[in-house]
Amino acid sequence: MKRFEPFGFLRDLASGWDVAAFIVVIGLVAFLGEAAHGVFAPLVQLSVQPLSLDPIHLPEYAARTTFRMLVALFLSLVFTLTYATWAAKSARAGKLLVPILDVLQSVPILGFISITSVFFLSLAPGRVLGAEFVAIFAIFTSQAWNMAFSFYQSLRTIPTELSEAADSFRLSPWMRFWRLEVPFGMPALVWNMMLSMSGGWFFVVASESISVGHTSVALPGVGSYIALAIEQRNLHAIGWAILAMLIVILLYDQLLFRPLVAWADRFRVEQEPGVRVPDSWALTMMRRSRLIQAATVAFHAAVRWTSRAVKRTDTLEVDAASVGAKRSQDLFWVLLVAALVVLALWHLVAGLITTTPLREALHVAVLATITMLRVFLLIALASVLWVPVGIWVGMRPRVAQFVQPVAQFMAAFPANLLFPIAVYGIVTWKLNPDVYLSPLMILGTQWYILFNVIAGASAIPSEMRYVTANLGIKGWLWWRKVALPAVLPFYVTGAITASGGSWNAAQVAELATWGSSEVRARGLGSYIADAAVAGNFHRIVLGVGVMSLFVVIINRLFWRPLYYYAERKYRLT
Amino acid sequence: MNNAPLLQCTDVRKAFPKPDGAELLVLDGMNLEIFEAQIVGLLGRSGSGKSTLLRLIAGLAEPSAGTLNYLGKPIRGPALGIAMVFQSFALFPWLTVFENVALGLEAQRLPSVEIRKRSLAAIDLIGLDGFESAYPRELSGGMRQRVGFARALVVHPNILLMDEPFSALDVLTAETLRTDFLDLWAEGRMPIKGVILVTHNIEEAVLMCDRVLVFGSNPGRILSEIKIALPQPRNRLDPSFRELVERIYVEMTVRPTGAAAAGRTERFPGLGIGSVLPKVSSNSLSGLMEAVAAAPFNGTADLPKIASDLQMEIDDLFPVAETLQMLRFAEVEGGDIKLTEDGSAFAHAVLDERKRIFMRHLLNYVPLAAHIRRVLDERAAHSARKSRFIDELEDFMSEENADQSLRAAIRWGRYAEAYAYDDENAMFSLENPT
Repeated sequence: MKRFEPFGFLRDLASGWDVAAFIVVIGLVAFLGEAAHGVFAPLVQLSVQPLSLDPIHLPEYAARTTFRMLVALFLSLVFTLTYATWAAKSARAGKLLVPILDVLQSVPILGFISITSVFFLSLAPGRVLGAEFVAIFAIFTSQAWNMAFSFYQSLRTIPTELSEAADSFRLSPWMRFWRLEVPFGMPALVWNMMLSMSGGWFFVVASESISVGHTSVALPGVGSYIALAIEQRNLHAIGWAILAMLIVILLYDQLLFRPLVAWADRFRVEQEPGVRVPDSWALTMMRRSRLIQAATVAFHAAVRWTSRAVKRTDTLEVDAASVGAKRSQDLFWVLLVAALVVLALWHLVAGLITTTPLREALHVAVLATITMLRVFLLIALASVLWVPVGIWVGMRPRVAQFVQPVAQFMAAFPANLLFPIAVYGIVTWKLNPDVYLSPLMILGTQWYILFNVIAGASAIPSEMRYVTANLGIKGWLWWRKVALPAVLPFYVTGAITASGGSWNAAQVAELATWGSSEVRARGLGSYIADAAVAGNFHRIVLGVGVMSLFVVIINRLFWRPLYYYAERKYRLT
Repeated sequence: MNNAPLLQCTDVRKAFPKPDGAELLVLDGMNLEIFEAQIVGLLGRSGSGKSTLLRLIAGLAEPSAGTLNYLGKPIRGPALGIAMVFQSFALFPWLTVFENVALGLEAQRLPSVEIRKRSLAAIDLIGLDGFESAYPRELSGGMRQRVGFARALVVHPNILLMDEPFSALDVLTAETLRTDFLDLWAEGRMPIKGVILVTHNIEEAVLMCDRVLVFGSNPGRILSEIKIALPQPRNRLDPSFRELVERIYVEMTVRPTGAAAAGRTERFPGLGIGSVLPKVSSNSLSGLMEAVAAAPFNGTADLPKIASDLQMEIDDLFPVAETLQMLRFAEVEGGDIKLTEDGSAFAHAVLDERKRIFMRHLLNYVPLAAHIRRVLDERAAHSARKSRFIDELEDFMSEENADQSLRAAIRWGRYAEAYAYDDENAMFSLENPT
């Protein structure tokens, strides 16, 4: 007997998931279409339709900001899949590309904006598009490097047997890339995209109002809205902007990253037992909706078609004769790179020496040292506060379940939106900016320490907890011998991220304005910010160069050894 | 029946370059022919080059010298008629069972209708019906390896290569898979003409193969070839089966003589600090001595017997037995292990006495340990850096082997309390922690 199904016909037509998916998809398309509108408008329109602090415009501004974010994310993805692949596949190119990536990673992001904005504005003269390029490029620089690094690492660590299986079943390089390499790198890539995102929000806000010398452009967006609110000393508007940003990030998390993380879980090669599989209502919706299913089937068919279209060529033979040729090619390559480096160095040094007196360089070094001390001090303070809290939370799964997402959310929230409130306080009570501006540098990045420590404390095996309870290890002894060592590898990971983020934030945090009053902390960040406002190209390059140098050296001499030490000695496996 | 060999290896040699410019020879003078309707076993311990040979045949690596011919044509890159089953299955975790199986056919750019038909047939043949849409992580180890088999069979290979395909499975599952495979093979239901099976399990080789090639180490080479004419299905308890197992044990414990011994400098005792020390813990050493000393062996044990009693495979057992031999705690020959006088004394002693005996033998017969102790004695501070010894060892062996040997010397030296080692500072010393 067939069971009676109410609305059987309707069920055939479309499932509830279909309806939900349809609404979301159409909503997104409309939203983005609205945002993309105006990108091609002439710049003059920006002055004809000046920004307004009326919160009614905020949804539109938020849409524009989100749109920039998406475009930059897409570009970062394209960059990752090409650059990292090139670096991993060609030993010769890799020798150069990997160190370049490492340096790019330590260049302060606002430095990129100041240096490149002239170029991008000239690409589409007189059009909003040029300014959009600048903003998008700024977000791109905050996302692309670590995504590319993660994909490069994945490509280098593909399990031998999987790689051999792909070879022995004669997959073409194209098929190998899409069926083995990209899927294998996906979980790490998605995780890094999420990390990149918080940096992205920070700088999209900072890069929407661009001033290069005498030209200043304010693109419609949450960042420009904030800038205007600061100029007009409007605390209410700042409150509205913060609210809008909270909603946008929440939506991004729910509609983009949750589904991505849950989806990428399929690509994990090693499945640790007991680890909860991440879930996402949005992903469930997409998977259950036949509409979207049909789309993915078509997509898969297209992928299969491409793998059919590209042929495999056998290239395994390396005969003795070509080894010699390869050597000389290697030599040529090394010489070429060396020549380029010398040329660039000469150009740079010549340019800087003629325009920068030694006094200036020393001054910058002193400022960098001040900023460095500030960063280390802040990391230390944040650690003293958050490590015990994180351990306490991590040991209590029910609390951690609630606190962990909040900490991750806080890390994603662009802290510079909160700066005006702090600056308002400093101006009103006439506080010392050298001291009171400093915490702003770590306002957004301290959360990395917290959520990494929580993750570390949650990962302490239950057997180890039983042993400590069994032996009656308590109090200071417990902290010293059990809890702190157990979370150390996690803490170091968090502290490295926090430190990198704080250096970047220095440029925004060390020089702040509230209406016409300006507060300034001595440091390399305010030096670069000043130079950017003044449009002094040489100073920008000098400041950015010195900051990159400091970050690279600190990473090499301090964080990296600490990281390997902690991994070797304290990683619980 | 066609008498031309499916596969022919002539004077194959494979060496890897070492960082110092010298080369590490892993396979030498390899001559081998595979004919239709044969399962050929490559049997040997880890490091005997059998997996390397399999990868050369699969076209995943190039020989340094010699030729490999498949159906009369040299192998250049993975050949169309040769498919491989991997030890750890090597399934793509993001593809379903069906997609994993179909992948090899997609790479051949066949029409989708044919891909579908052949994949389903292979899945059906190997007993995976109903699992088509499952992901590998949802399957047990045995089912995963079935997918590995289906994926290899679906491309209709002439030669099936199997790289220890059952060694990652539990005993029961492995036995089921072996039996199923042999049934399909006997009934001629698989589209394959010949099989090469790499294994370190002697019983598995005798159970499945028509010919077994016994491999020796340093460099990897064929020690002997044993034909197995027992009718299928074979019975492990059959006396002629046991006899073959025993014979292979004897082959594998034969003491190298003359020219062969010269090629085996690295693993053999009494050659100064240049001999590579194995990864064997003092616990395994005392465990095996105790087992041999106890009833029913009372000092002399048949290796296959004690291996099955202790549930150890040859890869676990042989290094321990050889280390005992190196330390002069036992003699290994003709498939037997026999404790020396000190070996028995050790087995019956209490802990402190054991440590004294072990220290004496360690310093007498392990030149590296003796060297470390001498250096520490001579120095006024009684301490020395690890890097000092690593540098010395690397004159004789690869970086990896130097590290492994020093670790063994540290492990045994600590047990004997011959010297102490502080990993934090990478320092040897004579002090004991206070």
